[in-house]
Amino acid sequence: MIPELGHFALMLALGLALIQGTMPIVGTRTSDPVLMSIAAPAAIAQFVFVAMAFIALAVCYVTSDFSVLNVYENSNSQMPLIYRLTSIWGNHEGSMMLWIAILAFFGALVAAFGNNLPVVLKANALAVQAWIAAAFQLFILATSNPFVRIPDAPFEGRDLTPVLQDPGLAFHPPMLYLGYVGFSIAFSFAIAALIEGRIDAAWARWVRPWALLAWMCLTLGIAGGSYWAYYELGWGGFWFWDPVENASLMPWLAGTALLHSAVVMEKRGALKVWTILLAILTFSLSLIGTFLVRSGVLTSVHAFATDPTRGIFILGILIVFIGGALSLYAWRAPLLKQGGLFAPISREGALVFNNLFLTTACATVFVGTLYPLALEALTGDKISVGPPFFNATFGPLFIPLMAVMPFGPLMGWKRGDLVGAAQRLLAAMVLAGLAVVAASAIERGGPVLAPFGVGIAVFVMAGAVTDIAERTLVLRVPFRTALRRALGLPRSAWGTAFAHFGMGVTLLGIIGVTAWGSERIAEIKPGDHLDIAHYRFTFDGMFNRDGPNYHDAVGRFTVHRMNGELIGNMEPSRRTFPSRNMAITQAALMSRGVSQLYLSLGDPNKDGTVPVRLYFKPQVLMIWLGAAFMFVGGALSLSDRRLRIGAPRPAKAKPNPTLQAAE
Amino acid sequence: MRYLYSFALLLAIFWSSPSWAVQPDEMLSDPTLEARARTLSKELRCMVCQNESIDESEAPLAHDLRALVRERLKAGDTDAQVLNFLVARYGEFVLLKPRLSWHTAALWGLPPGILLVGIVTIFVTGRRRSGGGPSPGEANLTAAEETRIAELLRSEGAP
Repeated sequence: MIPELGHFALMLALGLALIQGTMPIVGTRTSDPVLMSIAAPAAIAQFVFVAMAFIALAVCYVTSDFSVLNVYENSNSQMPLIYRLTSIWGNHEGSMMLWIAILAFFGALVAAFGNNLPVVLKANALAVQAWIAAAFQLFILATSNPFVRIPDAPFEGRDLTPVLQDPGLAFHPPMLYLGYVGFSIAFSFAIAALIEGRIDAAWARWVRPWALLAWMCLTLGIAGGSYWAYYELGWGGFWFWDPVENASLMPWLAGTALLHSAVVMEKRGALKVWTILLAILTFSLSLIGTFLVRSGVLTSVHAFATDPTRGIFILGILIVFIGGALSLYAWRAPLLKQGGLFAPISREGALVFNNLFLTTACATVFVGTLYPLALEALTGDKISVGPPFFNATFGPLFIPLMAVMPFGPLMGWKRGDLVGAAQRLLAAMVLAGLAVVAASAIERGGPVLAPFGVGIAVFVMAGAVTDIAERTLVLRVPFRTALRRALGLPRSAWGTAFAHFGMGVTLLGIIGVTAWGSERIAEIKPGDHLDIAHYRFTFDGMFNRDGPNYHDAVGRFTVHRMNGELIGNMEPSRRTFPSRNMAITQAALMSRGVSQLYLSLGDPNKDGTVPVRLYFKPQVLMIWLGAAFMFVGGALSLSDRRLRIGAPRPAKAKPNPTLQAAE
Repeated sequence: MRYLYSFALLLAIFWSSPSWAVQPDEMLSDPTLEARARTLSKELRCMVCQNESIDESEAPLAHDLRALVRERLKAGDTDAQVLNFLVARYGEFVLLKPRLSWHTAALWGLPPGILLVGIVTIFVTGRRRSGGGPSPGEANLTAAEETRIAELLRSEGAP
């Protein structure tokens, strides 16, 4: 009964989405306020029904209803509750359900909190949002129905793939989807503006909070996925340039560019046409990412060709939405007025530089990810584009971007003072120079350029601090005055500083671990010891331990510093799952400040020795710490009063009666 | 979600033989040669895996390739000779960093090309907009409008 209710709720949601996608548009064309006002309640009702469908699926999983095919294939009654819940999106059908649930959630948020929006813009944007929702709801109903029943219900389910039985699955996909799908709002607003043929600086102010929210979630989602892979795969890699990863990096790069160009549009009325294009491109890249991951085209072009139903459907959605949006853009964009002149050396100029490099980096990832697919489809030639390609192309694009980053916030609008900015950054530059010297002096080996990378990372971090110091005049005025100025700064200024600082932290982590990480691979027997960096590992022996649905062969190690001080034990294991006859490595991690010791086991040999891989990962935690800084920066910016109330009017301004009436 | 497929695939490939990436017994005793082998391994693809180098992969094929690389290095091959040998045997698919040739020209050319086009576009639009007289949005006021403003200002200023 419950699966059928879920299925039915999904169909009703589709019906509502179709109404929400048409009536308000008719309303805006005929200036009918009643039809336009349908949009908001329809969006909320659509969310309610999608949520009901999602909850129905969740109930099937929690109660282990194996008469539902999807539950039978991906769950098991022996699994802990948390994994029964997370396995909802550990498969194709369920993850598409999560996708549309988040899409409807964002639509409902706009409907509920977008009271300051012009009525026409809101009606059009919600209608566009409903087209996307309808397309994906139809996709689920037609090709990926999670509510299909099995006539004779089995007693036990097949279990979730062991690597997915991890807290990472609870966090990573929902955050990533909040980011991916959140950019649909920027897309809908862009299309709505193009339909209406009117766009001004206020548009950027309405869109920026939504883009910011999506960007924050995407940042955390990507970082979470990276950390998950780091501890799960057993050798401590944090980024693989895998097409599936690239699919999430592309919207992040385009979304970051969008956030910056929207600032120019909001403050100076310039870059309007470009900002609209970025809003379209960012969500288009999210759609392409969904296509890449969901169609199976990545495993091989042939796998896609043998079961093309889903792939073709998503490809159709892709062509209609991206093609349609870009055609509309090509037709309407020339009508939009340009505004706001600025000199090349100015805050705008710096943001244009940012956009140039971010979009080029994004295009590079796009080309590298899709080139092998395109080449194979066109000529049949098979080539690989892997990490060495991306390191060789992406790195050189990101370094200039980082080097220029501290200058941006110190430049004035319209016409900036490069020499003045450089003078104010003098302390940061000196600090960066010292860091280069220190890094070359302390670290032996590693790439020659690595200390300069450290210098740039320190420059970015010190530059962010300089920005705040310049605004608060700290060290130049009495501390109390500086503190008052700091509290009085707009939150978005703090947000910029935090996010830029975080970027520097992440860069420092990446450079530290790739340039100076060390590794020991050896076969050892109990009593042996291994040395790495300034730590000594003594192998005490193996023992067995049983978990709820797995069995662990644990190796026990005692860790000392070289001076003899005991700092603890590490227990990596080989985990076997009897239900799947599968073994995975459970690495042991120990944090030392922001660095980590990383230890994983191989299969014990017959002669009693055990292969171990031991890593010292200097500064590795900074990679994800930096992402946390970026998230906090985004949150600070989001809490800025100007964005929260959506318009720069005094708090006690009279509400606009015509707007209220039309809601 | 992006890891789900790669994880599932990785596992599908090596679950039958839960072995490991670089094995201690594979490694060469000469540390410089071993370091070269590791660097080369990171540039070579394990062809039965999804986007994994032979240095990371646990597949039996990757094991064989690692042994092969070390064999060639011990025989005195240069890095380039090892790569050539593998390309001759397995095709260009084995290289994670494709070589520049006619069918990868677009791949290598696009990133700098896009950057260049971007710079030119910004330069040209900047030129046109700052040098080409008032743009439609910034049109100068007509004489009638100027008089009207002057009138308004006068009436505002009046007590």
